[in-house]
Amino acid sequence: MASVSDAELKKMSQDERVKALGMTTEQLTGKSLYIEFDPGAEERFIYPWAPVVDFNKRVELDTDKLTTREVNKKIRELMSEGYGTIVLQNPRGKHSLGVGILSKLNLIVEGSLGYFGVGLIDGPNVRINGRVGWSCGENMMAGTVVVEKNAGSTFGAAIRGGDLVCKGSVGSRTGIDMKGGTIIVGGDTGALSGFMMQRGRMVVCGNAGKNLGDSMYDGTIYVGGDIKSLGVDAVEKPLTDLDKAWLTRKLKQYELLPSKGVDHFKKIVAGKQLWNYDNLEPTEKKLIL
Amino acid sequence: MCGIAGLIHRGKSSNVGAEMTSMLMALKHRGPDSTGYALYGEPQDGDYVMRLKVAEAEDMDRGRGIHKVIADRIELVEGILRDHGAKVKSKQNATEYALRYVLTHDGDTADLAKHIEETDGVEILSLGNGLELIKDLGDASDVSSAYNLTSFEGTHGIGHTRMATESDVDIRSAHPYWAFPYNDVSVVHNGQITNYWIMRREMERKGHRFMSNCDSELLAVYTAHNLANGVSLEESLRRSISEIDGVFTYLVATKDQLGMAKDTMAAKPLVLYESDDLIAMASEEVAIRAILPQEIDTYDPYDEEVRVWQA
Repeated sequence: MASVSDAELKKMSQDERVKALGMTTEQLTGKSLYIEFDPGAEERFIYPWAPVVDFNKRVELDTDKLTTREVNKKIRELMSEGYGTIVLQNPRGKHSLGVGILSKLNLIVEGSLGYFGVGLIDGPNVRINGRVGWSCGENMMAGTVVVEKNAGSTFGAAIRGGDLVCKGSVGSRTGIDMKGGTIIVGGDTGALSGFMMQRGRMVVCGNAGKNLGDSMYDGTIYVGGDIKSLGVDAVEKPLTDLDKAWLTRKLKQYELLPSKGVDHFKKIVAGKQLWNYDNLEPTEKKLIL
Repeated sequence: MCGIAGLIHRGKSSNVGAEMTSMLMALKHRGPDSTGYALYGEPQDGDYVMRLKVAEAEDMDRGRGIHKVIADRIELVEGILRDHGAKVKSKQNATEYALRYVLTHDGDTADLAKHIEETDGVEILSLGNGLELIKDLGDASDVSSAYNLTSFEGTHGIGHTRMATESDVDIRSAHPYWAFPYNDVSVVHNGQITNYWIMRREMERKGHRFMSNCDSELLAVYTAHNLANGVSLEESLRRSISEIDGVFTYLVATKDQLGMAKDTMAAKPLVLYESDDLIAMASEEVAIRAILPQEIDTYDPYDEEVRVWQA
């Protein structure tokens, strides 16, 4: 794939852009998933069509009388007008607010979100001064999300990157199928947290429910409190100095560092008796790594 | 999917009819097929409230003959009431097929209920001192206006919006379920019970009746069986977690209590809000926000969690 400039990409149609970026629109089956890598290609950290926003340009949006669709559309309109700090007022538990934001933005939510809040995001910094329902931050790829109160189940399901933080307690199946990034829970987490986790790190400052890390492939779970039970193929390993340094830095960053430090944390990883990544085809490996 | 909701005011009455309508309207997207309420008014001194249906909503499209059938069934029900020495203090028809009686009765209400249900096409929706159970097809707004629920005063209630998955769209399969013939006990449920037929046969062997093929009815019958045998509501909820298989979250209301239970996987949602004078719970936070718009703290109960609150 030859290198293409952002200016050129902006002029292209969606089809041309997809092809220029090395993606394909054909039906993907079997080995056709293979994509050639060009070591000389420029790395891209932002989407070429992302609006240019100014964090100092702030706007408040009252969501009380708006539907979810209207709020999400309005967020995009405000971003295209250059607003880099958007405050959502009166969300009142609405579902799917702030989903699919693929560029930098400061999003502040004054209240609580329902299901699927800020899912599929790639870059924004989100602060939620309330609680979130099920599946907050699902599939997020980059950015930070900080929830000040409690969260529902499947917090950070299939997260791929970024930091997802809940300062209160969360429900069950936290970080189910997570493929990267960091999930931090200030309180407790429910049953089956880290179920089928593949990569990334999860930190639980409080207690964890039963079957923690069940069928995990890889990744690391740190728990500061009690673990009701470990899941299949989840094993405890000693905490290294590197783990302690990382935990201290991350928890300090979100003001969640316990007064007694991090030495008491337990480290849970995959026993790797059930699954093995190395069984992948070399071409598949290339895509995942 | 289904949506469930419950609320209980501690030590006072409130407009629970309007509050539950707001909560259930917020959950309409979880179940548009039918809506049901179990509301608890101030207990009547020695009086009973009986809600019953004498036909299904769909029967009303079957021509003029249905009016005669309904009139005959009502006459039979009132004959049974007279035979049992029950006096009708008032009678209301919200719809042609749904009736509300206020009765005085000194005898055994379980016997009365069993006798009335021997009448073909007649199902008692609820019987008790405080409970009034209303369910019909349509959303909460439709049912609330048809049955004039916006002015209902009471201490607590549970409600349900149903998405029919394993049985028909009719009133028979709508929630809540009355724990027949146990006065003032009702149940709403979100989930699937996988050992339904095993448990149903066990309950039938013990003499309990089932009016539908809906798995949620099992929870009402199961709860009634436990309560009739002197088991407390909390213990019944706790036992159900190990004795009933499947994924479920359900609420049970009695004359002065409201309880919840969640299965071993915590696979069905429930959000809880607790304060000194009000406890509200629903499948989604948006329903709680419908009656408490101010900023509040809520949380999700964990797997195998059981809670009971007193009115």
